[in-house]
Amino acid sequence: MRPAFSVILFTVLAGMGQGLFLMLVRADALGADPHELAVGGFASVALLGAGLACSFFHLGHPMRAWRAIAMWRTSWLSREVIVLPLTIAVVALWSLEHLLGKPHTAALAAAGVVLCLALWWCTGMIYACLRFLREWAHPLTLLNFALLGWMSGATLFAAYWSVLHGAAAARLWVVAAMVLTCAGAAARLASLARNRALRPKSTPQSAIGVAAARVRQISQGTTGGSFNTREFFHGRSAAFVANVKSIALVLAFALPLVLLAAAWVWPVPGLLPAAAAAQFVGLIAERWLFFAQANHPQNIYYQAVA
Amino acid sequence: MTQPAETLAKQLALVIDLNVCVGCHACVTSCKQWNTSGSAGPLADLNAYGAEPSGTFFNRVQTWEAGAYPAAETIHFPKSCLHCEDPPCVPVCPTGASYKRKEDGIVLVDYDRCIGCKYCAWACPYGARELDEARQVMTKCTLCVDRIYDEKLAPEDRKPACVKACPTNARLFGDVKDPESEVSKAIRERGGYALMPEWETRPANQYLPRLVRQAQEF
Ligand code: SF4
Ligand code: SF4
Repeated sequence: MRPAFSVILFTVLAGMGQGLFLMLVRADALGADPHELAVGGFASVALLGAGLACSFFHLGHPMRAWRAIAMWRTSWLSREVIVLPLTIAVVALWSLEHLLGKPHTAALAAAGVVLCLALWWCTGMIYACLRFLREWAHPLTLLNFALLGWMSGATLFAAYWSVLHGAAAARLWVVAAMVLTCAGAAARLASLARNRALRPKSTPQSAIGVAAARVRQISQGTTGGSFNTREFFHGRSAAFVANVKSIALVLAFALPLVLLAAAWVWPVPGLLPAAAAAQFVGLIAERWLFFAQANHPQNIYYQAVA
Repeated sequence: MTQPAETLAKQLALVIDLNVCVGCHACVTSCKQWNTSGSAGPLADLNAYGAEPSGTFFNRVQTWEAGAYPAAETIHFPKSCLHCEDPPCVPVCPTGASYKRKEDGIVLVDYDRCIGCKYCAWACPYGARELDEARQVMTKCTLCVDRIYDEKLAPEDRKPACVKACPTNARLFGDVKDPESEVSKAIRERGGYALMPEWETRPANQYLPRLVRQAQEF
């Protein structure tokens, strides 16, 4: 598939916002200062809101986006469109409550956590429910959206805490971010291994229904491109894809782990914000790879120009 | 989304005879002409006279080769929306713009409701949907729904434009749920088959396989 930058940014930004909120709720339970939590909460709202704004650029008719809430009974995209603004609203309310120092209810925090998890579920299912995009049609897709989002939010929270209270005070959160980054790396490596082992189910033979041993396309029916050649091919070389993969693995997992470990040992300012920034860039590359690696069966019909 | 779609009493469809398609593209141009001027249009052409022309088409004729020389066969292969009986493109649409008509099984897009999210195109294994780049809405074959029921046309003209245009009669049109229809008989008697059966979309359109005749000695 062709990776769309609007969707890449949306999923990375929103996922980070969701992960950040989960950490804020945990810090709240451990008795963190409400005002500091409120600032973190508004950062989460900003990330989710920026993600929402990016998603509009994916649409041919952004002004009609409201119509997308209609088919929640069948469409995971519709469900996501409902859950995302709800999540933003609840996280914003939670933050406001903390800002005003009002006695807050555990119910709001619980609702926020449930909505964050539901949003990952919806986003993951948008891809995982397309059964013939086999790189996506697997529970690992759901796990990855959740773990990678949570991991990036946790690293961001550790960075935030170190800025407020010094790196030494952030050690608990550094450990949390390291555990989540390891879990995210394991899940993503598992899906990469699975992708490598996949063999296509559709073949030129099944595409046109001719049983000959050798079936090849001579002409796709057009001399220039079409929507089908633009939307479903990433158009990059195998070497480019391999480079993106290396960048993703290093910046999303390896380098942040090194920086987190270093910050735990030497509480130097700057290490944790650097880890969060590296992870953000790494996840952009990771999401690009997620789209580029998905092979659509329609591509069999678009192989040759004559 | 996982439960199979209900089976309809009537399902209009095309049956394409690969024995006689000569790859002339008459169906492609007549489809474009009818639909760019009708209720489905206009269908944009980008850079029509440039080096890389690109446009919206509901129907494409491709050319394939099967087997190896000297026994290689050239197969002309028309491809359009198959109006699947279990269309994966419909339930994923968030707005309800994509739908399957209960009365005749045609899969359509309501252009006024489409937000251009392209999710339905991702959900079609066959690449049968094309986003119109000028209007930014999803388009696809309508089986000429604005033609086949038009009482102002002579009865023999109430067929999809492609069917009317085909000089070799490679395209048959009718109700595949009516066992006595021309299309049902062709499927039954001449081994009609579905494309990519592995995805269980139950395409309504079917293809008639080529009967390769051996050279006869007299
Ligand atoms: S061919 Fe594609 S667009 Fe047409 S009904 Fe089947 S899945 Fe939908
Ligand atoms: S592109 Fe249009 S028809 Fe297709 S899923 Fe999106 S809203 Fe529905």
